Amino acid sequence: MSEIPLPQAAKRVVPWWLLRHETMLAMILLIALIVLGGFNNRFLTLDNLLNQGRLTTEVGLIALPMTFIIITGGIDLSVGSIVGLCAILLGYSWKIFGLPLPLAICFSLLVGAAAGFLNGIVITKVKVPPLIMTIATLALYRGLAEGISQARSVRGYPEWFYFVGQENLFGVPAQLWLLLIAIVVAAIVLDRTTFGRTLYAIGNNETAARFSGLPVDRVKLIVYTLSGLMAGLSACVLVSRVTTTRSDMGIGYELDVIAAVVLGGTSIFGGVGTIWGTVVGLAMIQLLKNGLALTGVKGDATIVVIGTVLIFSTLVASSLQRRREGV
Amino acid sequence: MTAETLAGAEADPRRRLRVLASQEALLAIAVIGLAIVVGLYNPRFLAARNLSDVLLGNAYIAVAAVGMSMVIISGNIDISVGALIGVLATISGTLAVNGAPIVVAWLAALVAGVVVMALQGVIIAYLRIPAIVVTLGMLSVLKGGLISVTGGKWITDLPDSFHLADIELFGALPFPVFLMILVTILAALWMRYSASGRAIYAVGGSAEAARLCGISHPRTIVMVFALHGLFAGAAALLYATQLRVIQSTVPPNLELTIITASVVGGVSILGGVGTVVGSTLAAVLIAEIASALVFIDVSPYWIRAVQGVLILVTVIADILRRRRMAGA
Repeated sequence: MSEIPLPQAAKRVVPWWLLRHETMLAMILLIALIVLGGFNNRFLTLDNLLNQGRLTTEVGLIALPMTFIIITGGIDLSVGSIVGLCAILLGYSWKIFGLPLPLAICFSLLVGAAAGFLNGIVITKVKVPPLIMTIATLALYRGLAEGISQARSVRGYPEWFYFVGQENLFGVPAQLWLLLIAIVVAAIVLDRTTFGRTLYAIGNNETAARFSGLPVDRVKLIVYTLSGLMAGLSACVLVSRVTTTRSDMGIGYELDVIAAVVLGGTSIFGGVGTIWGTVVGLAMIQLLKNGLALTGVKGDATIVVIGTVLIFSTLVASSLQRRREGV
Repeated sequence: MTAETLAGAEADPRRRLRVLASQEALLAIAVIGLAIVVGLYNPRFLAARNLSDVLLGNAYIAVAAVGMSMVIISGNIDISVGALIGVLATISGTLAVNGAPIVVAWLAALVAGVVVMALQGVIIAYLRIPAIVVTLGMLSVLKGGLISVTGGKWITDLPDSFHLADIELFGALPFPVFLMILVTILAALWMRYSASGRAIYAVGGSAEAARLCGISHPRTIVMVFALHGLFAGAAALLYATQLRVIQSTVPPNLELTIITASVVGGVSILGGVGTVVGSTLAAVLIAEIASALVFIDVSPYWIRAVQGVLILVTVIADILRRRRMAGA
């Protein structure tokens, strides 16, 4: 990113990596862990931490492509609705249309990808701003989920389907492996491939990226499709964990996802961000929820905290950025 | 805007066509056309009782959409307004039940609405944080705060005098409908003929040009949000007083309905264009569609999907139309 070592930076006593957003955040995370652990001895146990990993997977899977999207300067508010739509279609294609469950899972993933593709195609071809396009599909996809399900739920899935959501693999929650693999792949893609670097180029200056011959539209189309696909995957993991399908699944996911990404240092203005930051942001948000819950704060109050954290982390990040730019 | 007027002056017949093709006219035709078509299918839809219920029950959406339109015209967005209306309704109802003078209970909703929205306006305008981040954060603060403070307990036993929505003016005109029409006309006149109203369009059209004309960008944004808060307060009062109970929760997806009304009403998401007359007509149209679904035996669970399609179609049409005008 923009961390070109300036001459005076070399004279600083503090090494540069210590001042990075991710490092500072990781340190705050560590302190928060210790403090919360001190308040409650159930908090800092391996069991609890692994369980929190299980709970964060659904949001985490979506936060990775959201990092890509926000780096390009876009946003996707429809992810929660895509989760709802995919969950409903998973249940319905299995129970009502009688597809075998593996096929139903594929179908639901396909629908997720198609939903993301629709976002991407309208954003790139018609040039509708991502914010408005995804507000429209936030309504549309949730509306389809509600219309198709008619507020009925689907349950009674076969036993094997619950493996991903509820069992352990090598002592770690099964879906956490999914998230770990996705994190590694996303980090490599963002950091080490032309595709990943193109995302930064688009976010920094889309016109310049276009004139440099970068396939701007194609890359954007891919990230929005990916976002839909991962929301579909997240829906399958969610259904597997909670064993039922309802049309209100995934409501409010966009808040958790965007909060995690922005807290992780990805600039809402585009051009800046890392997967590692998002991972730390995710951990912060989940531990905040869990820590507050263990100290007796109710679930509704935790979204107050997440909302506040979202606003403040953006405030701090943008004022830091303004100072760095030397105004 | 100016380009349109100029083109109209050159070719008069085309100008008349333009007026017919304006968003407001299209919406008015749609509102009447839909009523006729659904009425032919099921005459009970046209019963005076049903039509007035549709207007009464949804006037608050039109009032809130007036503020939302200003916000969108200024180049911003607000997704916290649905949660805010829930909070304001609860504040007002709680005060009324606990024996505060009714006028105080009403005023409290308006004042709190202005304060919360102006605060968001300040963060957006002076600290330069995108509206989507600020209002998404505020949405969760208000929503979570409301449920954790009230526990979702319903407010009942509201004093009779609290119910603004029951008032009928001139013996026949229900107050919510009156307020909807009044707010729309006043806001439309103000935005068209006053300098401060025109400033909203200027800021949304081109922030840089507005600055060069001596319009303070941050001050205009804060003003827009404060007004939006005032309208949200008025909407909350209509919402709170139309039923005998206040549910102390955030009406689900209310912000989406309000945004739909503004966008379908012709307010351009690219900023700088649109009228509140359009947004009020669109609010009526959306309410009419929701009611019509029931009368043509379609499950009301489809209404959200219909809204999504409506936004999508309007937005795409708006952008294609602009592109054609720019190309021509």
